[in-house]
Amino acid sequence: MTSLLEVEDLRVRFSTEDGVVRAVDGVSFEVDRGQTLGIVGESGSGKSVTSLAIMGLLRGRFTVEGSVTLGGDELVRADPDFVRELRGNRMAMIFQDPLSSLHPYYTVGNQIIEAYRLHTGATKRVARKRAVDLLGRVGIPQPEGRIDDYPHQFSGGMRQRVMIAMALACDPELLIADEPTTALDVTVQAQILNLIADLQEEFGTAVILITHDLGVVAGVADEALVMYAGRPVEHGTLRQVFYEPRHPYTWGLLSSVTRLDREPEHRLRPISGNPPSLIDVPSGCPFHPRCPYRMLPEPCSTEVPEYAPVNGGHLVACHLSEQERTETFARDILPRVQSSVRKGG
Amino acid sequence: MIRYIVRRLIAVAGILLVICGITFVIFYVLPADPATLACGRACTPERIAEIQHQLGLDRPIYQQFFDYVVGIFAGRTFGTGEAAVQCPFPCLGFSYQNNLPVWSLLMDRLPVSASIAIGAAALWLLVGLGAGVISALRKGSLWDRGAMVVALSGVSLPVYFTALVLLYVFYIRLELIPYPEFVNPFTDPAGWISAMILPWITLAFLFSAMYARLTRAGMLDTMAENYVRTARAKGLPERTVVVKHGMRAALTPVITIFGIDLGQLLGGALITETVFGMPGVGQLAYQAIGTIDQPVIMGVTLFAAFFIVFANLIVDILYAVLDPRVRYT
Ligand SMILES: Nc1ncnc2c1ncn2[C@@H]1O[C@H](COP(=O)(O)OP(=O)(O)O)[C@@H](O)[C@H]1O
Ligand code: SF4
Ligand SMILES: [Mg+2]
Repeated sequence: MTSLLEVEDLRVRFSTEDGVVRAVDGVSFEVDRGQTLGIVGESGSGKSVTSLAIMGLLRGRFTVEGSVTLGGDELVRADPDFVRELRGNRMAMIFQDPLSSLHPYYTVGNQIIEAYRLHTGATKRVARKRAVDLLGRVGIPQPEGRIDDYPHQFSGGMRQRVMIAMALACDPELLIADEPTTALDVTVQAQILNLIADLQEEFGTAVILITHDLGVVAGVADEALVMYAGRPVEHGTLRQVFYEPRHPYTWGLLSSVTRLDREPEHRLRPISGNPPSLIDVPSGCPFHPRCPYRMLPEPCSTEVPEYAPVNGGHLVACHLSEQERTETFARDILPRVQSSVRKGG
Repeated sequence: MIRYIVRRLIAVAGILLVICGITFVIFYVLPADPATLACGRACTPERIAEIQHQLGLDRPIYQQFFDYVVGIFAGRTFGTGEAAVQCPFPCLGFSYQNNLPVWSLLMDRLPVSASIAIGAAALWLLVGLGAGVISALRKGSLWDRGAMVVALSGVSLPVYFTALVLLYVFYIRLELIPYPEFVNPFTDPAGWISAMILPWITLAFLFSAMYARLTRAGMLDTMAENYVRTARAKGLPERTVVVKHGMRAALTPVITIFGIDLGQLLGGALITETVFGMPGVGQLAYQAIGTIDQPVIMGVTLFAAFFIVFANLIVDILYAVLDPRVRYT
């Protein structure tokens, strides 16, 4: 049995005035109905480009290689009109900033109805009723009274609920949420994540949840994929990636996790340095300029680490040996994470 | 909203009053004596005093100003007794040149200016918006670059130059078009169009260029907006994405600028009318300035100011209608 969505060796490049941007470089994953995959990485690691490539929403001068298969239909080489028909219908997407993602000149009802009528051919009345139902379903109080309001009349969290209602209008099989809570207050973040989880359970949707925050993924995902510089660096079940991470970059992310139940000052230290430009990706392991455990010059700056299964079965791209990884994690990372959990809790 | 409009209307009246006052003062302090001008060549001091009395120029300036404003709303009578002349509402006085009421001079010429403004506006909206949208959608293409070069020349060439080149090419060299002479559009539509076409193209060239650049910039910004990406994420066909989501947002500011430009042109296109010998409000102003025909200059100034101030009001109201985020109270 194959999964609903299969992404294989996806590569996206942009040609810009400054050079070729290797925004996504060999990403593979599968997501099945009812499953949630979390894609994690700092900003600029290629998460959005990955999702836009799946949706066929890339703009500009780009090339896509590899394959994306949704329910058996290959999308990368498909006719753009075929992919367009799937968008908003079998696959839908919500974005980071709900205010700028909703059209300021149209009512939320209009914007939901538009998507629904396009794909179902429903009458205005039926579509309107559907929009009211959806707004109620995503937790907007008195939806009949709010359907003719404009986006600016809603709060940030309510706007994101509107976006979710819009995305769910046609019961999509796949929902991609690209940093859906990043622009929201901490208290609202948890509500939105719970809503997505509830709706997923109810409709059996496959969900890709994109975030720069491993803590967000921990709450809701079944599997996690960690990306760095456009490449996958660690991929496994939530348990594997969150509790037994084997890649130094994931360790860094884990140390900078946002815990929704904690004040910002109790959060842990971020990874030092900045992600590289994807025009000039560092040689060997792209993380080596920032990695506290790097082995220089060889092999970390000279050889691209193999992306291969470790003990326990999940995929990691790092030159450290199995023993080094296990020991370092137990010695350096685990105590730090645990002590801070205790301090903050 | 109603309260806002009422408030704005009161403000409009205030602004017009101020403009009226300023023009009035400017002409009062002007060295040329209106009575001497109105009197003509063969003039005696008695005759001048008589005219001054007739025109009310022997009264204090605030009184003159008050009479002028009252005249606009209620009409007024110049002089007394035998020599009394009735000036009906809306009274802007009489021309010193030909003694005709300024209001009727304006009304005679409004159709010409309106013909020029409305025809040119239709042309430049079509060409300017169309070229701007297509350029934005095909940014960097040959079409885009060509259109923007033409647009750059359009905004940099002075109107009188364009007008003269057009006249030379179409009237003198090619003899395609009769010399522009205004005719009634209702009795002779074809003649009207052939007479107006050169003034239209002249103005439309300038304004199309401006509007194409504005529209292109607006479309480029809008099509990069997140909500346009959302529209695509819904699977909308590209045409709907461009028209409903892109143009709707990009053209709103352009349309409001359009209101102001149109208002301005209705008050007379001085250079275009003068070059083509079109008897419009602008040409009236030009002639009046040449002869220091004070009542006419005052009248034209107020008339043009009225259109501009009113166009601004309409644009502001339109903006609130077009952009739901704008709320006036
Ligand atoms: N249209 C584009 N043209 C050129 N470069 C792009 C484009 N879109 C994204 N990129 C580049 O691709 C890289 C990955 O971006 P993105 O996927 O948005 O990162 P993330 O979502 O992980 O923060 C970035 O370096 C970004 O600058
Ligand atoms: S390969 Fe080397 S540089 Fe890269 S993460 Fe592993 S140890 Fe660090
Ligand atoms: Mg992103």
